[in-house]
Amino acid sequence: MATRKSPRQQQVEAALLYPVDWLDERTGIRAGLQYFLFRNVPRDTNWMQTLGAATLTAFLVQAVTGVILAMYYKPDPNSAYESIKHITNDVTLGWLVRGMHRWGASCFIILMFLHMGRVFLFGAYKYPRELTWIIGVMLLALGMIEGFTGYLLPWDETAYWATVVGINIQANGPFVGPFIGSILKGGAEIGPETLARFYSLHMLAIPGGLMALIGIHLFLVVRLGITSPPWSPVAAGRERDGEEAPTADRVGLVEPTPRGSASQGVEK
Amino acid sequence: MQHSGRDNGIARSLWPFGFALAAAAFLVGLVLSWWLVAIAGGVCVLIGAGWIADSIRSKHPHLLEETVEHQVEAPKAAAPVRAAAGPAMSRSRFLEAGTLGLGAVMGGALTVPAVGFMVAPAFQSQGKHDANVGPLDNFTGVPEGTFMVTTFLLRKDQGDVSRRTVYVRYNGELQSQPSFTIISNRCAHLGCPVQPSGPIDDAKKVELTTDNGPVSLTPSQPAGFGCPCHGGAYDAEGNRTAGPPVRGLDRFEYSIIDGELHIGKAYSVGTVAGTGADARIKKFDLAAPGQHVDDWEWWLYPVQPPH
Repeated sequence: MATRKSPRQQQVEAALLYPVDWLDERTGIRAGLQYFLFRNVPRDTNWMQTLGAATLTAFLVQAVTGVILAMYYKPDPNSAYESIKHITNDVTLGWLVRGMHRWGASCFIILMFLHMGRVFLFGAYKYPRELTWIIGVMLLALGMIEGFTGYLLPWDETAYWATVVGINIQANGPFVGPFIGSILKGGAEIGPETLARFYSLHMLAIPGGLMALIGIHLFLVVRLGITSPPWSPVAAGRERDGEEAPTADRVGLVEPTPRGSASQGVEK
Repeated sequence: MQHSGRDNGIARSLWPFGFALAAAAFLVGLVLSWWLVAIAGGVCVLIGAGWIADSIRSKHPHLLEETVEHQVEAPKAAAPVRAAAGPAMSRSRFLEAGTLGLGAVMGGALTVPAVGFMVAPAFQSQGKHDANVGPLDNFTGVPEGTFMVTTFLLRKDQGDVSRRTVYVRYNGELQSQPSFTIISNRCAHLGCPVQPSGPIDDAKKVELTTDNGPVSLTPSQPAGFGCPCHGGAYDAEGNRTAGPPVRGLDRFEYSIIDGELHIGKAYSVGTVAGTGADARIKKFDLAAPGQHVDDWEWWLYPVQPPH
């Protein structure tokens, strides 16, 4: 900044930035990315608050490895187990991709619970973030269904009997339970239909729902900002010294007092 | 309610604690006693009503006092504006409603067949038929009390994935007809395969092929049956003796055609009194594992999908 750039440098810079400017002029992507990534966060955020991002990372790993596995997997009772063996033993690095998907599934579920525990213990589900929590609960349910449907796909004894038990638990729900069981099985008995529809649910329907809900979840996180840890002496959303007081449209997001003290408003 | 800033108008009160306690008592009651469930449920409703009434009173006092006045006032204010606006529905309003309505019709026209396509086949004819498991001699010429571990294809067209196991015992003759006990290996808890509790003579395994595909027969001498998944245990008639199952093991109907045993429809069993050919069986329509058939809880499953 200090030294003036030569005309040549300026030309190169303009040429390099031209595609970015072109895109920004048509989409407003600069402002969008700034809104998404360059946010103010409380100054005493905690490592625990990275668990959500870790869960998202685990999901992305599952999505990418799942797409690759789907190129080799065959959802048919006569070849499912063979194709899993083929992936594990024959395909180059197949053992690695399948291992990532198999262990990543457990990681994803565990991280979801840890993230939920963090949000609960930090009280981060409270006003105005109730909807973020509710969508998180839906994500938890869909994540568990992903685990259940994916477990059948190796089509070995463990997979088969675990799914028998799982479906029968569903079928024990009062009144509609037996029908839910039949829909899951695709008939009265577990067979080819079951494997095909579990595969479809596992790689198309549920991931679609997960992605949509993750989008809303993230939007709410960005819009509402991040909470301070409960032990924080600094109120979440308080502006630094010398900055303007919160504007009216942010009043709901700003906590006027430190947690734990009397609920008397403190004028900034 | 006069705090500035964040306080969103929820008064601190003891209602939530009372409600939580009653709810906890309700859940504990589900395990311990129905009386506790009833009492705690009643307390729950009372506290819930008190809580709602209290929060309405403190948050919106006008709701309780001025409701009538508001309702009368509103239409009066709106009416003159409407009258002045001319036609009942403007052109743009009509197009808006038309677009939404047409969209809804199109969405329905796409959704209904798609969902039907997904759900309906699960409830249509299941393509099952009687399964021929071979000549009677294989089942009758064995020591008394022997169960033949019999595997066969439930649906020949689906191949090995539909292979099922039943335990077949010859009971001697009843009214000069051969009598069999055919017990399903599907545990009445959650559907794991029960195993014979006793020696299985693999050396005497017989494999044959009938018009229903491959069949295997292995003699065993079980004192009863046990489930490896959660420890359900049954006696040799399939009555539950221990563990989580809610009823006895399912059985199969059978027929004898040209000296060969055919396995027919499965049915569920409450309890069996007596043994062998003299057994008195409480027979019910086939129910999924874990569903009660002769206890009072049967009303939780009033309608069964086709099997």
